[in-house]
Amino acid sequence: MTAVAHEEHDAHAGAAGHGGHGHVTNTGLSNEKLAMWAFLGSECLLFGALISTYFLYRGRSQVGPYPDDVFDIPYTSVSSFVLLMSSLTMVLALAAIQRGDERRLRVWLVATALLGASFIAGQVYEFTSFIREGLTLKTNLFGSSFFVLTGFHGVHVTLGIIMLLSLWTLSLRGKLGQEKSEVVEIAGLYWHFVDVVWIVIFTVIYLIPTPSGPGG
Amino acid sequence: MSTDAEQIEESELHRRPAAEGGEHGAHPTEIFYIKIAIILAVVTGVEVGLYYTDFGEALTNGMLLVLAAAKFVMVAAYFMHLKFDNRILRRLFTTGFILASLCYVAYLVTLGVFI
Repeated sequence: MTAVAHEEHDAHAGAAGHGGHGHVTNTGLSNEKLAMWAFLGSECLLFGALISTYFLYRGRSQVGPYPDDVFDIPYTSVSSFVLLMSSLTMVLALAAIQRGDERRLRVWLVATALLGASFIAGQVYEFTSFIREGLTLKTNLFGSSFFVLTGFHGVHVTLGIIMLLSLWTLSLRGKLGQEKSEVVEIAGLYWHFVDVVWIVIFTVIYLIPTPSGPGG
Repeated sequence: MSTDAEQIEESELHRRPAAEGGEHGAHPTEIFYIKIAIILAVVTGVEVGLYYTDFGEALTNGMLLVLAAAKFVMVAAYFMHLKFDNRILRRLFTTGFILASLCYVAYLVTLGVFI
């Protein structure tokens, strides 16, 4: 009963508070933000399915190249670091708009988009080098599950970059003021989610060793 | 790692006026975010270091998974503001994530992946 009371209190406080949308909802949260969290929940299921598929096929390829033959851990580590740092610049962009600093908002949005673009450029280079070494979508089970999983992630990052550049353009036109900080927050939620998915992919796909050799 | 994060949180959190509460009970400062990013970078470095060491497969894999989970929680809690947001969001995401994880683990165990 106490928990319910607390929740109701939170909900009412939320309705009056943040985001600048001003309307009251049953939950006390803005519908847009709740929708983004629901969408991210569905994304958990999507990436969960793709990661599970990778695990299901892991070590079952009959022909090479195998993961140990193609992975370049130092290179991918740098890419992971770049994506992690883009989460920092994204949250700094949100902090900037929440205090009404539109110039810094634009700086951090562009920085985030550039870091994301660097990550994607790195992924394109990685894919190209894998293909050069003979690993394609059709080569073996590893190739199929790896390219589908990381390719889907790359598409998500690309969509995030488009989102960030759209926000930057809106800000340049003076259409993204402090009262619309929730728009940046929602885009940020998507961006951070893409980052946490990569945290999982980097560990379970790249760092945890796969048995190598025929059938491995 | 969580101990470090908790200590930073205690010292760095900047409480906002009550009028801005509700969905956001508290907002960290930019310095706080930078410190979280440094911790994330260090943890990533430790992960890569573990890849090149040989503590035995089970132990190394276990440590890698724990470190990845720590990074996941830190980004979700601090950068995605789940720690400061309305508890409905926290419960929605945590419940959904745990249920989805259990579902996929059960699926993989059924197909003999971890056996």
